[in-house]
Amino acid sequence: MRAIPSANREPRPGAASPVPLIATRAVAKHYGAVRALVGVDFVLAPGEVVGLVGHNGAGKSTLMNVLAGTVQRSSGAFCYDGAEIGAWGAREAQACGLRCIFQELSLCANLSATENTRIIHASLRGLGWRRRARALITAALDDIFPGHGIDPDRKVAELAIGERQMVEIARAFTQTSVPVRGVILDEPTSALGHTPTEQLLAHIRKAAADGIACILITHRLNEILAVSDRVTVMMDGAAVADRPAAGLTRSDLVAMMGSIEAHGGTGRAIGPAADGAIVVDHPGRDGADRPICVRRGEIIGFAGLDGHGQRDRLRAIYAATSDVPVAYVAGDRGAEGVFPLWSIADNLTIRSLKALQRGGFVVPGAARALAEQWAARLKVKAPDVDTPILSLSGGNQQKVLFARALASDAQVVLLDDPMRGVDVGTKQEVYALIRAEADKGRSFVWYTTEMDELSNCGRLYVFREGRVVEEIPGAQINHARILEASFGGAQTGASHG
Amino acid sequence: MADTALQRRPRLTSALGSALQIGLPAATLIAMLAVIFWIRPSAMSYFGFTLLFKFAVPLMFAALAQMLVIMLGDIDLSIGSFVGFVTCVAALYLDEAPLLALVILAASIAVYAGVGLLIHVRQLPSIIVTLGMSFIWLGAAVTLMPGPGGTAPRWLVAFMSWKPPFVPLPVLIALLTALIGHLVISRSSYGAVLRGAGANPRAVERAGWSVRTIRCAVYAAAGALACLAGLTLTGLTTSGDPNVAPAYTLLGVGAVILGGGAFTGGIVSPVGTVIGALTLALAGSLLSFLQVPPTWQIGAQGAILFLVLAGRILFSEHRS
Repeated sequence: MRAIPSANREPRPGAASPVPLIATRAVAKHYGAVRALVGVDFVLAPGEVVGLVGHNGAGKSTLMNVLAGTVQRSSGAFCYDGAEIGAWGAREAQACGLRCIFQELSLCANLSATENTRIIHASLRGLGWRRRARALITAALDDIFPGHGIDPDRKVAELAIGERQMVEIARAFTQTSVPVRGVILDEPTSALGHTPTEQLLAHIRKAAADGIACILITHRLNEILAVSDRVTVMMDGAAVADRPAAGLTRSDLVAMMGSIEAHGGTGRAIGPAADGAIVVDHPGRDGADRPICVRRGEIIGFAGLDGHGQRDRLRAIYAATSDVPVAYVAGDRGAEGVFPLWSIADNLTIRSLKALQRGGFVVPGAARALAEQWAARLKVKAPDVDTPILSLSGGNQQKVLFARALASDAQVVLLDDPMRGVDVGTKQEVYALIRAEADKGRSFVWYTTEMDELSNCGRLYVFREGRVVEEIPGAQINHARILEASFGGAQTGASHG
Repeated sequence: MADTALQRRPRLTSALGSALQIGLPAATLIAMLAVIFWIRPSAMSYFGFTLLFKFAVPLMFAALAQMLVIMLGDIDLSIGSFVGFVTCVAALYLDEAPLLALVILAASIAVYAGVGLLIHVRQLPSIIVTLGMSFIWLGAAVTLMPGPGGTAPRWLVAFMSWKPPFVPLPVLIALLTALIGHLVISRSSYGAVLRGAGANPRAVERAGWSVRTIRCAVYAAAGALACLAGLTLTGLTTSGDPNVAPAYTLLGVGAVILGGGAFTGGIVSPVGTVIGALTLALAGSLLSFLQVPPTWQIGAQGAILFLVLAGRILFSEHRS
């Protein structure tokens, strides 16, 4: 628990100001058919601190990108400081004193902290700019993170990740010709140690007292409760709840994120082939981590917030499993899935070449037959298997990657969030296929960021901060339970019964 | 989670590292000069320096043009044939119709900016676009002038053979361009934005800059520097030739990398690039002084380039 001087917080006059700094009405954002934001009403008063919470893909980062001008909204109204805004870009946001600390670092690693400060300040130019920029960033660092020990003239690439985060935060609070009005902090503390985190939270309160409004997005609910005046909860691209932070508890927040939409549904019953033979037994990395055990015919789900170690664990399992054949279905198709210049058949059979070869040469007829058989089973929509894979839609490319794993001799199939950005119809087809294959005795380890997919699983492991913190048997799988484990529940380190 | 502020490396290694980036090519240059002066002490004179380095001047400008493009994370494979095109324009028109020559050069700089725009807007790989452009420039040059010919304007030849007091002309130009390049790219406030745009264009875009404008401007500047390379080369050879400078493309890349640049974008050093260009220009002379037969010289030049680059990579890996 963090000790933040927050108890004696009193409402400031700014919070009741009639003109909000930011006010959006029914702001929506579509990417093709995907609706990232479905109509968000959001208000931020001058000097107010709003905490924004929600599960993966709730639309928090999209909303922040719209506010910061780095993503254009598809529709809806946006008022800044009382004025209706039409086109809103990063340049306008900067010029109006709205700063954003993005989730992925947006410093130039080849430049020093001083030079990075210059990038966001158009007025830092001419003779002596370097001296002024250095003074500016040093003052901000000293102000927010006393005792930081960062040399502003070192290249950012040479700084530790936490130090980079500190530089980026301090940079957002530097001020030249335009006064800073609002700062959006998207997961600012993910790379910070304990002391810098407390220093930052204290600074947010101080900035708010000076009239600088802040939006804080973080999965660490303690931090939200420590500094926010108000908490907004997002779900499925909409703001679903908005409460004053005073009096809220962690469990209230978790309940607000989960209970709005009653996702019933329990886990899937274990299939007929689950005869109890253990195919994967992977020890945890330390005492606080749980071992992972997969039986024949089981579908195991990896849950938890995105990026909390699920992918690393999948890869560790892949590397450690040698006694049974194992296949890996990549989620990031472009980077690690498809061979972009190859046909469907070549992409599909690459995992099975050992079985298809005779005397070191691939038997063409056998390869083609295998490709055609599996392309048909997965209903890949293409004229024939010689079609270049890039001419397929994303969902069909993903089907080919599934077919690659299923056509092979693999007994254990690891799924790395493979259904991201895939249409609903394809999803249902693939779910059915996974269940059918599991019934035949194949085992699946399935990392997914979509809550609904977890209902296909027979058992879940929930990850937090790189470790498995909870194991949920099939009968007990429900939304609230998963959320509670992902966020650390009412009290951290709750043991499961 | 450990307090990351405690895990700091001493500043000394960083300073030493950046000194090595420039120091290594500089040391190579001095070593080469030492060998030459040891074989032929008479070369250690005003006249000797002029002779040794005069053909380094156009290469230096071409290398700086390449450096600007590499700074953005791109590469320009058309510089060599563009320099050839410029020599043809200069030898054909600069004397008789200087206005026409200037218009053509200005238009070709605009074409360079257009190439930058095309690469940025269509997200095309610069290596493909500039490879195509290299044939276009060569074709344009051959259309103007099928073989070597024309005459350089007298003032240009006179400038290139000008003997300023105390400092030989090539050395003077090298010092001036290195100084200007250092001020503009490494020290100025806009230089920081340019280098930032090469390394992390999204971050620069998010800070409110237009990377499209930056790319156009940088390509135009590269075109202008390549024009300077072509003009100084015409002044030295006193004629135009479409095929005079194909080697400049890759020698320029070599000079940039030798001088501490990296293909990842954002990491370039104008001073290092100038020293790199001087080193590569001197490599040919060194081999002549060592009486390496002409048939072996090209290969030996490659070997020198390979050794120096390998040394640089060894040093930079040793650091990290």
